[in-house]
Amino acid sequence: MSQSDNPHSHHDHHGHGHDHDHEMSHLSDEDVRVRALESLMTEKGYLDPSALDVLIETYETRVGPHNGAQVVARAWTDPEFKAWLLEDATAAISSMGFSGRGGEHMIVLENTPGIHNVVVCTLCSCYPWPVLGLPPMWYKSAPYRSRVVIDPRSVLAEFGCELPPDTRIKVWDSNSEQRYLVLPMRPEGTEGMSEDALAALVSRDSMIGTNIVYPPRKQAV
Amino acid sequence: MNNVHDMGGMQGFGPIPLEENEPVFHADWERRAFALTVAMNTAKQWNIDTSRSLRESLPPLRYLSNTYYQIWLDGLERLLLHTSMVSTEELATRKAAGPGLPGVQTLRAEEFPEALKRGWPSERPATTPARFALGDQVRTIEFSPRTHTRLPRYCRDKVGTITQVLGVHVFPDKNAIGPDEPQWMYTVEFDGRTLWGPDTTADSVSLNCWEPYLLPETQS
Repeated sequence: MSQSDNPHSHHDHHGHGHDHDHEMSHLSDEDVRVRALESLMTEKGYLDPSALDVLIETYETRVGPHNGAQVVARAWTDPEFKAWLLEDATAAISSMGFSGRGGEHMIVLENTPGIHNVVVCTLCSCYPWPVLGLPPMWYKSAPYRSRVVIDPRSVLAEFGCELPPDTRIKVWDSNSEQRYLVLPMRPEGTEGMSEDALAALVSRDSMIGTNIVYPPRKQAV
Repeated sequence: MNNVHDMGGMQGFGPIPLEENEPVFHADWERRAFALTVAMNTAKQWNIDTSRSLRESLPPLRYLSNTYYQIWLDGLERLLLHTSMVSTEELATRKAAGPGLPGVQTLRAEEFPEALKRGWPSERPATTPARFALGDQVRTIEFSPRTHTRLPRYCRDKVGTITQVLGVHVFPDKNAIGPDEPQWMYTVEFDGRTLWGPDTTADSVSLNCWEPYLLPETQS
């Protein structure tokens, strides 16, 4: 094993509360397996390894919830765009440059004073990549996938989101290639704000439906 | 397949594992496993439904104790073996014993931006009329296929309402195991209490159903 293959030399912890010994043993094993596969794919002529850097760069930096937030802010400020978005989300979102893998068939779900929408993939992790990027850990976790279809209110409470008791909660299970983006309600006290300033208020979780968008002063930490 | 990936409605998994300022990847191997899987998916030796099917058929204890990208890594190894892109021996020794499969083109970095932008739309031309219309009452089928399906257990043999007619799409149950047979796809909305009884806070649950999942239900 060369120095650079030492599994302990390139781990990437951020002190996120996992059991470190446990994580380290996984890390070394998985690290070796991934590297072996990568060189096997290259040796067999299937892959130009620099392709992986393109993919990592795309999904680690370029594509993320900032894309979806721009869609939401435009829908809040441009009634024609909003109508288009609700009628043909794939085309409307694509017109802003967000399209492709994981967003081939988009539907936008509009929250209203009486209806709150929340999205899950109970079978795995289907998620609208072009507008939200890759899903967070919790979205792919057993607790979220199992609970939100049966008891969304208790799940939302864990996100710090308390909806009025008479708000109807609609759950959408992403079991096909059609993907969902929730259009949260525009908070009060945001009249006259620019599209960019509005986009900055829109959290990832509000576009999945596990939270709402808060007015500027009450912005959740 | 009735396995532990089909989690909707289970109640013992505990609180949602929230993480503040979560990074996109938690370790460098996750970056590489993600990118390698997405890259190899574009080599057209398998489709998304086959890859889901192989992940879902992992032994339940392994599936549940694996992290997300460990499931991807297990899945990728299974796919490469399943399609004979690598041999068991090559996987074990981590060394290529011969050239790659003929006809598999090398994936080049410059192809990816365009391929990702295009994506892989699942819609296909309609050749038959849709059997159901907006507002129809339908009952999902009861079945337990040993192969891949996208109809979760919690909404089998349940009555719901068609709320969207979505065109003809690739049918995962067939596409995972052989030639695809595209089918009309619908969004079906189920009342929360129809699925779970009175102990639910979901007013409705909607999911997409391909036509073979649905039977007409006479309105009462």
